[in-house]
Amino acid sequence: MSLEFDSKIHKTLADARLQQAIYTATGRFKDARLKVVAQDVLPEYQELRAQANALKKHTIDHLDHYLEQFQSQVEAHGGKVVFCQDAAAVADFVLTLAKERGARLIVKSKSMTTEEIDLNERLEHHGLEAVETDFGEYILQLARERPYHIVAPALHKTRYDVAEIFEQRLHIANETVIEKQAAIARAALREKFLAADIGISGANFLVADSGAVVIVENEGNARLATSAPRTHIAIAGIEKLIPRAQDLATFLKLLARSATGQPLSVYTSFLSGPRREGEIDGPDEFYVVLLDNGRTRLLENPARRQSLYCIRCGACLNACPVYRKIGGHSFPWVYSGPIGAILTPQFMGAAHEPGLPFASSLCGACAEVCPVKIDIPKVLLELRADAPHNRWESLAFRVFAWLMRHPRAYELAGRVAASLVSSEGVRWIRSAPGLLNFGPIRAWLAERDLPPPPAHTFRELWRRR
Amino acid sequence: MTSRETILQRVRAGLGRSAGQTVPDPPAVRIQVAEVDKETKIASLLARVEALAGRAVRAATPAEACEIVREVLGKRSAVASNAPYLEECGVTGLPGVRCGITDREELRKACAAADVGITSADYALADTGTLVMLSSPHEARLISLLPPTHVAVIPASRILSGLDELFTILPEPAAVTSSMVLITGPSRTADIEQILVRGVHGPGEITIVVVG
Repeated sequence: MSLEFDSKIHKTLADARLQQAIYTATGRFKDARLKVVAQDVLPEYQELRAQANALKKHTIDHLDHYLEQFQSQVEAHGGKVVFCQDAAAVADFVLTLAKERGARLIVKSKSMTTEEIDLNERLEHHGLEAVETDFGEYILQLARERPYHIVAPALHKTRYDVAEIFEQRLHIANETVIEKQAAIARAALREKFLAADIGISGANFLVADSGAVVIVENEGNARLATSAPRTHIAIAGIEKLIPRAQDLATFLKLLARSATGQPLSVYTSFLSGPRREGEIDGPDEFYVVLLDNGRTRLLENPARRQSLYCIRCGACLNACPVYRKIGGHSFPWVYSGPIGAILTPQFMGAAHEPGLPFASSLCGACAEVCPVKIDIPKVLLELRADAPHNRWESLAFRVFAWLMRHPRAYELAGRVAASLVSSEGVRWIRSAPGLLNFGPIRAWLAERDLPPPPAHTFRELWRRR
Repeated sequence: MTSRETILQRVRAGLGRSAGQTVPDPPAVRIQVAEVDKETKIASLLARVEALAGRAVRAATPAEACEIVREVLGKRSAVASNAPYLEECGVTGLPGVRCGITDREELRKACAAADVGITSADYALADTGTLVMLSSPHEARLISLLPPTHVAVIPASRILSGLDELFTILPEPAAVTSSMVLITGPSRTADIEQILVRGVHGPGEITIVVVG
């Protein structure tokens, strides 16, 4: 584990207010989800999950075909598809287009994919103004922070934090009423929507048979960003494809329920191409940027490929006992929680944060709530196997493996270990005694207590039976 | 090699596929349309919209619907869409209502200034309280989006049971429109302290008038 990861975790654990905020917010999401997937409310829930999993598996297993179909359908509806290998390629495309159109102002709706490639920073660096328009994201952009949670980006901010940010960045003093803060954001952003030349969105789904981009949201900012400016650019990872519009009958029933506990989000936009003849408003230009950025590297290993099924609902974050303690910003990259723990090493390479696949108790809560049934613990184990193991660790496990194969030696080792820790009258062993108090054993017990060994081993009891 | 070719090649290499290799059929579409009678659908729609803090009212006749809209409007200014059904109900003739706009810039200015946007809807979904709006010469996108209040007037015959029925009737929305939007309740956010705020970008008030 890197020092940075370790120190961020400890900082979060020591912040009582933050602990409370994470616990409350994720708890509410958890409860809300449970209510809308309950057997009596949605009896078909498990069948929908199985169908969603089968659809994602099929699409990813034949991704080349669906990418080509999607492209030809977008073009048939008058749009354009741009393939980009990495962050720089996306920024280049947007910058070139902005230059050609004489555009200076870009409105953006929430997109994890654009967070992944630091698009705003890249555009600002070249003199463009790119404004986040989701209420939470707007606040984070003013505060220059990354999203804390896939679905609730400003989960860690209180109204007082927002008041401070507004005072510093907008020179509006002492506004601590959340409704009024939202009204301030609405008014400021309304001007931007009406003046913007380009709207950039992400995509929740790309529909291959329709060449359509599907965007799910609650505020209406994505609708504004994709309806008001003359140019709409949707930026999405290549894994967002689904085969048919009719498959939305499956995915839409799962996404909002898993994310926020709503049967449907307030706005679901199904967009295919620029406005058509006779349509009064909508963009004149429609681009879809398909981003690789490390995704194709995941395809080789069929067991890990399922990481690309993710529909970014955030349910695994809310269910995860680790996320609920260490929060979103402890994670080394934009994707946090269990899904972040499997995406980050695969997109960025294991060296980015070697400790990440180990920051899990493998309890399986994430897999249980995943609407597309990604077996996250299994992928975590796979990634752990990749991690470099030091000599002593390898030796220790070789010794352990040998002991497990030799019952007599195992029993003897057990007795020796038990005799080393005198346990009479002790309820918990809190630190390693004498000879054992070194290196990894000491470190292990520094964070954990161990029950004392029993007076008689199971083998002894069995023999005496 | 273009980025497109590079990415497709990497995908194929990873999957062990070759260009043009055939693809088995995807899993069969999972759509189960529930048989729901008209009255149940209307009742469900009204209840769901109310549960979302929207307002839902039933009118027996188009003339009654028009009176309800008049009442909702009060003295506020409004922009109405070009949906023939609104004219049928007489809504477009109400005082303070602008309609018949076909120019984008004009529409954008009118919507940015209006207190209320009045539309019809192509369908409504009973089980979620959702309006389905297809962009067309009759329905622009911004009328249901820019004004702080949205009023929709729809005949009861357009109420579907839910998503499954919608995608049965409209298996390929892209064949008929560049934009299909499902609207489920007023615009909302809970980004700060999970406190619910309505109307953060889209309309914070929504009234649905079901006729028939």
